Amino acid sequence: MNIDNYTWRDELREAISDLTPGTALCVLFLVAVIVIGALAPVIAPYGEGEILTNNSFEPPSTMMWLGSDYLGRDVLSRLIYGVRITLFLALVITFLSFLAGVSLGFLAAAFGGWVDNWISRLNDAMLSFPALMLALIVINSLGSSLVVLVFTVAFIDMTRVFRVARALAVNVMVMDYVEAAVVRGEGKAWIVWHEVLPNVLTPLAAEFGIRFTYAILFVSALSFLGLGVQPPQSDLGVMVKENLQAILYGEYTTLYPAIGIALIAISMNVFVDWLLQRSSAELPDEI
Amino acid sequence: MSLLEILGKRLILGAATLLFVSVLVFLGTEILPGDVAHAILGQGATPELVQQIRERLGLNEPLHMRYLVWLGNFLSGDFGTSLANGADIGTEIARRSKNTIILASCTAVIAVPLSVLLGLAAAVKPGGMVDRAISSTSLALISFPDFLVAVVLVTVFAVELRWLPAIASIRPSYDLLDWIRVLILPVTGLTFTILAHMVRMTRSAVLNVLASPAIEMALLKGVPRRRLLLRHALPNALGPIINVVALNLAYLISGVVVIETLFNFPGLGRYMVEAVTNRDVPIVQTCAMIFCSFYVLLNMTADILSIVANPRVRYKK
Repeated sequence: MNIDNYTWRDELREAISDLTPGTALCVLFLVAVIVIGALAPVIAPYGEGEILTNNSFEPPSTMMWLGSDYLGRDVLSRLIYGVRITLFLALVITFLSFLAGVSLGFLAAAFGGWVDNWISRLNDAMLSFPALMLALIVINSLGSSLVVLVFTVAFIDMTRVFRVARALAVNVMVMDYVEAAVVRGEGKAWIVWHEVLPNVLTPLAAEFGIRFTYAILFVSALSFLGLGVQPPQSDLGVMVKENLQAILYGEYTTLYPAIGIALIAISMNVFVDWLLQRSSAELPDEI
Repeated sequence: MSLLEILGKRLILGAATLLFVSVLVFLGTEILPGDVAHAILGQGATPELVQQIRERLGLNEPLHMRYLVWLGNFLSGDFGTSLANGADIGTEIARRSKNTIILASCTAVIAVPLSVLLGLAAAVKPGGMVDRAISSTSLALISFPDFLVAVVLVTVFAVELRWLPAIASIRPSYDLLDWIRVLILPVTGLTFTILAHMVRMTRSAVLNVLASPAIEMALLKGVPRRRLLLRHALPNALGPIINVVALNLAYLISGVVVIETLFNFPGLGRYMVEAVTNRDVPIVQTCAMIFCSFYVLLNMTADILSIVANPRVRYKK
């Protein structure tokens, strides 16, 4: 194949032909979920907070495919809106944590010495805190709002992203071609942008997937505890909490959002696994 | 450097970490002192009343003095009283931590041997049927939110079959049999929250060791597979496995909080969540300190055990 004409289109075509059936299914599911989330107001049969019946936990019917929730709202519509908020929050959180974590990680790796030492020590100190405790303490002082939620979880995630980004970048910084660039007189910024970043892109993409999954699970857990997204807004975690009672009425309302979270997370993990295996890239040993 | 020196250094580092954690817990919860007074008074907050409360709680003292007083009280076991109802926090903590310790240790006793065995079984023949079954199941389990397995368990065993209680309230009159009935579902749910991570990490730790030249040597010598695993690989993998176990017991913290809330179990986790909801600062501080100390101690124990288990760690750095 002619290298000059090798565009991202060819790359994409090749990647698609590499998909195993299982992975293809997961990717398809992820795409579907993202489309559903993005188009929620168009797709959802009813409004998010629309009360349609006076009966809690009505069984599924032609009018409401998944029945009604504890306030008589349509479960399917709320599920669609819940997916939207959950994905949106996870995306913003992961994006922010990567912006900060990768910048700091590359900074530490590029400069080394006391800069690296200080940032890494501080980061290690933050890691001595269990994630949930950190979140609970912040929410206790600031109250729970979407902004607090996003920045708290993004901060916690950043400490993890930093370690991975730094470890990856340090490995590249000792390569001969970086030394050559230094000898040529290139600046730190040029080296990070042109040498380090392209070489760590695949493992970083995989890490993005892992962090995205983690953000979904973490926000859902907080919402489940009643400390994340606050009603009347609702993500999937809030829906699980709200409808726990349904089990006692013999309805599975609370299982739908819980299984939804699990399916999104599983698909993402399978996709990341495939990505790592295909490029035979490896994430540094971090948890 | 002698082993003793390394251990001493690690202990000092652990103590420093604990101190840092206490500063952060204190700052994180006290950074908005106005809110504490307002939180107590709610709607009826007049400037005079706020001033009175601040006086009573010592909020007018400088920050570092308050920190020292707080730390001193905490270390001497005086946790103060709840802002919400004035109850003594120490008594409540004593009662609830007993329940949480029972829940967590039952889970650890089941989850640790089970996951180490499963991890070993998967590592025996990487890519084989057993490995693929265990690896893909654990990959799926990792993606489950902490509450999913527990909710399914409740649906099946408490609601459909009516074998076990859906709510794990504890009465003083409970004998051993009642305790077991109450604990089965929470313990199973909690086990699933830590099992998958532990299985996956044990597997990769053992595979790492199996890739070492020493194992290749043993293989070439003609050591049978079973003996190779148990006599040659396992002792070398012990350090990493201990690390894995300790790290994952730390996952118990978030698991305990979610599972206790789900089952209405009267433990420390639910106590803390309720306190955060009510902004009951002294309770949040105390619970956070207990959970964080547990976490720091666990990490320290893991490091120390792997130093003791593997003398080569001594020569690193």
